[in-house]
Amino acid sequence: MTEERSLYQVLEKGARMFMTGNEVVAWAALAANADFLYGYPITPQNEIMHYWAKLAPEFGRGFLQTEDEMSAGFAMLGGAMVGKKTFSATAGPGNILMQEPISMAEMMRLPGVWIIQQRGGPSTATVIYSQQELRLTCFGGNGEGARVVYSTSSHQELFDYTIKGFNTAWQYRFPTFILGDGYQAKMREPVTVYRPEARGVTMISPQPLLGKAGIPAVDRDPVHLRNTFNIEEELYEVLISHLHDYAVMAPKVMEWEEDIPPAAKVIVISHGIVSRAARSSVTALRETGENPGYFRPITVRPFPAKALREAVQKNPESILLVAESAYGQLLAMVKENLYGLTNPIHSLLKPGVAITGEEITAQIRYILNQRMGVLR
Amino acid sequence: MTETRNEGNCQTETVENRNMPASWRKETKPHKFCPGCGHGIALKALGDVVDELGIIDRLIYGCDIGCSLLSWDFFNFDSIQTHHGRTIPVMVGAKRARPDLITVAYMGDGGGYAIGAQHLVNAATRGERITAILANNTVYAMTGGQMAPTTLPGQETGTTPYGREISQAGRPTLGPELVASIVPEGSFVARGTVAQYSGLKKLIKTALMTQMEGKGFSFVEVLSSCPTNWRTTARETWNFLEDEMTKYFRTGVLYQ
Repeated sequence: MTEERSLYQVLEKGARMFMTGNEVVAWAALAANADFLYGYPITPQNEIMHYWAKLAPEFGRGFLQTEDEMSAGFAMLGGAMVGKKTFSATAGPGNILMQEPISMAEMMRLPGVWIIQQRGGPSTATVIYSQQELRLTCFGGNGEGARVVYSTSSHQELFDYTIKGFNTAWQYRFPTFILGDGYQAKMREPVTVYRPEARGVTMISPQPLLGKAGIPAVDRDPVHLRNTFNIEEELYEVLISHLHDYAVMAPKVMEWEEDIPPAAKVIVISHGIVSRAARSSVTALRETGENPGYFRPITVRPFPAKALREAVQKNPESILLVAESAYGQLLAMVKENLYGLTNPIHSLLKPGVAITGEEITAQIRYILNQRMGVLR
Repeated sequence: MTETRNEGNCQTETVENRNMPASWRKETKPHKFCPGCGHGIALKALGDVVDELGIIDRLIYGCDIGCSLLSWDFFNFDSIQTHHGRTIPVMVGAKRARPDLITVAYMGDGGGYAIGAQHLVNAATRGERITAILANNTVYAMTGGQMAPTTLPGQETGTTPYGREISQAGRPTLGPELVASIVPEGSFVARGTVAQYSGLKKLIKTALMTQMEGKGFSFVEVLSSCPTNWRTTARETWNFLEDEMTKYFRTGVLYQ
């Protein structure tokens, strides 16, 4: 028995493993019955391809290393159109190139799962870590494309949301993203792997759009798919229909975490791996008698706007602190979604650099001291 | 084939339908190309070959951006219109995922030799089991007649108003020659012309059979006409296609 096969038996039984985030993604895609990975090397996501390339022949799955991210993305769409579950992984400048095929997926409602392991930007910047691809991943295409973006914070979430992402993409036919980062990609931590079916999750079987059974124009109509329209109104009708579908779907897929005690003086808002620092900071401060609150969007798109607004409205005196490893991308989303509320918003913005729990704690203490000063 | 056309009454339609490949979609004819455009002839050759090979239920047709996109609903087989230059990777993705299908990527010279050149080169190098058909009419036609990779030396276009200057713009791309130099054994590479219909049909048939037999990459460049952007009369159009273009672009099989 190969090493991969025996590992799979472990996965089938459900087991605690210790591995890198990139490895976790490859196993999750296998567990989610993904058929094909089309990819192009870019750090820090490369090992997703390495592990998948090793697993694929053993489990009858496909892998193709393409000439660039555009090719990888468009090949994914070709695979999805003929009825296969396809995915890719990229980062940074690769994420930019990937936006072209993703915009076609948005226009034509083609499913696909993209893993984004964020690195520093702009340009080549660093291969290490950032949260600077939030805006690009959520809104990267031309026009108003609709997509779903899950921002993970741990290896367990990488596993869980990669599996969930495949079902979201194939159920609703919107491109779906797992927004990780270089730290999640490269570090090792414990994770429980499992077969979705063992948790009562049924994976959706993909259906072909092209190449269905029967002779076209005899047994069935031929299928003609396009993303070009002749007149403005044609486009308008299609787009409005997509955006309507998205609005209906949004409440079903929206996810967030919140832990806000009554009369919280400060509420920390963060996403992804920074939310772990925020969580540890909030826990530490509560042990010293403070009562900070914590809010984390898991779907950064669709953004859990109503949940955040209600949480903040319940605490009209609270001061908000947005912390992110970017220069105000989450901050802009928070402001947009809290428009009209008057709570002061502070920020801890460190583009391309890690944020520790201690830094968040220091910032919260600074805000609390200032507030005391104001009250005095 | 000689047919007596009885112009002026409904007989005309009957005669035309008899000449129309069964794989053409009658509901979308007349097609959307300009009068005198070569695309219709290239696509007729493809349609005839699909009929002869009886593969309509296995064929996936992808068309590029540019005038080729006007063929998005041209056929009775399943079709997908993609982005500019990206039809090859879409067809590669489909073929890799479902090797039982036959995939055809149809594009212009801009899509294949400029914006999508990396896809053509790499699909050819890998010997992808797809068929790429590229119409070379020496101009970007859909956008109003700019210089294409294949614009002839001295040829006037919207972006070479004084003629293509080789010292600035280089020589016209010899696509099949390039592809023939990089494909693995078993592949098929050729250049045909809409001016020689039966020859073109043979090339497209061999290309599709190369794919069906799983032998390698298959590529046919088709010399095609664009009187709209060439701003030529019917006679001038045929002269340019048959005499001028063939001096630079030699037709025939380049790799088999």
